[in-house]
Amino acid sequence: MAQSYTPGLKVLANTSSQKIRQLPLKGEVLVEVGDKVNADTVVASTHIPGNVQMLNVARQLNVEAEAVPDCMLVKIDENIEKGQIIAESKGLFGYFKNQLKSPIDGTLANVSNITGQALLSEPPIAIEVDAFSAGTIKEILPDEGVIVNSNGALVQGILGIGGESHGEIAVLVKSRDEIISKALINESHAGKIVIAGAYLPLDVFTHAQALGVNGIVVGGFDYDALSSILGFNLGVAVTGSEDLGISLMLTEGFGEIEMAEGTFNLFKQFDGKFASINGSTQIRAGVIRPEVMIPHTEDIESTELKESDMIICEGSPVRVIRAPYFGKVGEVVSLPAPLVKMESETMVRVAEVEFETGDVVTIPRANLEMILH
Amino acid sequence: MRNNINGDNINVIMATDCGSTTTKSILIQKIDGEYRLTHRGEAPTTVEAPFEDVTRGVLNAIMELEELSGRTILKGEDIKSPATGDDGVDIYISTSSAGGGLQMMVGGVVKSMTGESAQRAALGAGAIVMDVLASNDGRLYHEKVKRIRQLRPDMILLSGGIDGGTVSHVVELAEVLEAANPRPRLGINYKLPVIYAGNNKAQDAIQERLGEITDLTVVDNIRPTLEEENLQPSRDRIHDLFMEHVMAQAPGYKKLMEWTDAPIMPTPGAVGEIIQKIAKQDDISVVGVDIGGATTDVFSVFEGQFNRTVSANLGMSYSICNVLAEAGIPNVARWVPYEMNEKGLTNRIANKMIRPTTIPQSLEALKIEQAIAREAMRLSFEQHKEFAVNLKGIQQKRTISDAFEQSSSGRTLVNLMELDLLVGSGGVLSHAPRREQATRMLVDAFLPEGITRLAVDSIFMMPQLGVLSTVHEKAAVEVFEKDCLIQLGSCVAPVGKFKEGQVMLTYEINLLNECITGEIVAGEMKLIQAEYVGCSATFKPGNGLDLGKGKNEPIQTKIYGGLVGILLDGRGRQPFTIPSNMSTRVRKLWEWSDATNEYPAEEK
Repeated sequence: MAQSYTPGLKVLANTSSQKIRQLPLKGEVLVEVGDKVNADTVVASTHIPGNVQMLNVARQLNVEAEAVPDCMLVKIDENIEKGQIIAESKGLFGYFKNQLKSPIDGTLANVSNITGQALLSEPPIAIEVDAFSAGTIKEILPDEGVIVNSNGALVQGILGIGGESHGEIAVLVKSRDEIISKALINESHAGKIVIAGAYLPLDVFTHAQALGVNGIVVGGFDYDALSSILGFNLGVAVTGSEDLGISLMLTEGFGEIEMAEGTFNLFKQFDGKFASINGSTQIRAGVIRPEVMIPHTEDIESTELKESDMIICEGSPVRVIRAPYFGKVGEVVSLPAPLVKMESETMVRVAEVEFETGDVVTIPRANLEMILH
Repeated sequence: MRNNINGDNINVIMATDCGSTTTKSILIQKIDGEYRLTHRGEAPTTVEAPFEDVTRGVLNAIMELEELSGRTILKGEDIKSPATGDDGVDIYISTSSAGGGLQMMVGGVVKSMTGESAQRAALGAGAIVMDVLASNDGRLYHEKVKRIRQLRPDMILLSGGIDGGTVSHVVELAEVLEAANPRPRLGINYKLPVIYAGNNKAQDAIQERLGEITDLTVVDNIRPTLEEENLQPSRDRIHDLFMEHVMAQAPGYKKLMEWTDAPIMPTPGAVGEIIQKIAKQDDISVVGVDIGGATTDVFSVFEGQFNRTVSANLGMSYSICNVLAEAGIPNVARWVPYEMNEKGLTNRIANKMIRPTTIPQSLEALKIEQAIAREAMRLSFEQHKEFAVNLKGIQQKRTISDAFEQSSSGRTLVNLMELDLLVGSGGVLSHAPRREQATRMLVDAFLPEGITRLAVDSIFMMPQLGVLSTVHEKAAVEVFEKDCLIQLGSCVAPVGKFKEGQVMLTYEINLLNECITGEIVAGEMKLIQAEYVGCSATFKPGNGLDLGKGKNEPIQTKIYGGLVGILLDGRGRQPFTIPSNMSTRVRKLWEWSDATNEYPAEEK
């Protein structure tokens, strides 16, 4: 039977997810293998070096660069305070000494006898990494972090913004093709993850943001609305560091596109449950997709996806991801081997897909996405 | 890597190019004593989850080759070698730009001198230069430190100072690196490769500062004297480190490296090899473009000097929205022959960014993609012209005054009137359903002046042939000449100010069987069917216009047709304008499309 590899987004009611929770630099791991953790449990912490400042000691003391190390009154890595005299010239017969005060609190990081400069470092900045989702510590990455195993429902989106957050799932629309309105979101949704339908108008997003909603999941959103939130046009899909106070996850793409049925039904099934959302996206090598993880409180045997589940073959459920059938869901009925000419005259490998309406259409294989659930 | 390459016994060669979006495979076979391309396959690149292993995409692309050729190449996940009958291949090679390619930071003391030399060395080796760090770049110390930490490059090339000169500035740069203590992008457990190619007197001081915390290698100074530029040692070392460190960390590459019979080459490095070979072989000036999913590379050879630039975020899929942001919606929309709602257009383009491997099924989608391709290439070429200035090149001798002149601004080497051949490569050009579309995209983006030959990489295989030329030159050359380069034809475009309705050009072309004469008026395009043979022709530019011999001067020359023909372009150069009024613009676009057989007929 003909088959073809294609990417797909996971929408799984019951899966086991292993998350690497890693520090940006080496540090201390605070948990052990087997520990049960909550979403907000800090699993590792470290300090990143503080901002640095350069001080031209040679010039300020009026000495040669090679004389600078002898003029320093503090040692490398020694703490210093703002205003503290940290260097002094030898002067003439012990008189006419020039002195240099530290402009910051911190440490002396380095002194160069070639450039005559001293490097001062501000106090280190603490960095903590939490577990993201409730689960069990599966593995320790020495000095770097942990792998957390979480059992629960997992929904991957196509693009998100904003970092990680948590909250109760609140499905606010009746159907997956409904467009959410401001009237549906009120103070009671502060701290929650709101599930919208096919489209999120910009004013509804800003309304939710102002009310303190932690996350929104929706089928589609406008690119120009995204530009207005970010303050720039998103040129490359690398997001996650935006400081918006809210995470947004698009399940389908840009424009008004009804949320896939399986995705919407899964959120409805877990309405009111606690979940974690991560809007970070990187559509490049080592792709990162945004996701919502809804941990199960009880241990449930999970079914894992195999590589063969990700291969399109006859009978595979697929979604079309490009016009003219963008967003439609169907089943592959055949994968003909010869190249086929499209309306654009492009010759491509195709799949014959039967939609729910019974219509069978020819679609480039590259324009199909597996529905993984 | 297997090392069984024996020139005489090679009958079947397989090559892949792992692009950021698509992995392309080609099969070359010796037929009647000649190497010819016989089959090609492709599959989505699989550096993304759920696979996160580039070899999956490679295997899929090979499976397509098997299906199409009937040859059994794989045994499980092993490549059968050597070839016997209908089984296996003799050589397998690969290039790669997947994983974002090679991302580097470079440093130099003076931004426009050693900084630029370092940048040229990195670009020539096929890297994307993320930032140029220099003592005089106007940033404060802590800003530089923060920038290095944030970018997490794959590799850093540090240069600065002439041999025996002042050491303090370059040491200061090393101290910035030391303070930043940069981490590589891929693989938390290995040290960041740093190449030092600066003042030899500072080598010990650099070793002292960076020896422990980075994987430091020292090579010959990139600028041993003010008048001399020595890029090759740095470029060689970049290639080595790319293999040893960067590729080894990318998902699945360790396995791929074991499969190939020659080192995996960065795609742009391989294309650069081929472009230089064309220019050298025919002693002509060449501009080449390779438009990919994430980046667009432009290569040029003028006055014998090779230059390459990479526009890191101008591409057709991953960075398609950046093209929109940089060019602006009106510049993209000016090539679309429909009245389009702005929101609809931006959403459509943004959807390609988030689903980068999709392809245009409808004609409208194709036209929008080709409009963006024009702008991506135009912007990349603008960047190239600014970068390809004189004084560049390997071991080029200059006077001291020339060297200082460079620090202000160099003269661009790119002279479109002098350009002999414009070559296009990359999916959107090579796979355009009609070769006329590739011709139009190249002409509209580069606006060649005077008489220029046009060619396109037939099926996007210049990268594979570039790497093949390093292990089996005969096969690479034979396939390149017979199967790779498609001669599209020539473009004739007069340059200079003109009035509406003015005659731009009169022509007399002696084709094999007939003599064609006529004239082109302002704003008109005409395509003359002509084969790839030299036809004698006379062109007379309109009043005040120039075709290369000076204003109003006629040209008698030999002109080549090709698969598309001879394109007479009366739309003007310097200035080139497209009507700003929407309905006139749309009407002109349809007119030009019809005149050049660009798209199938549809209702207007």
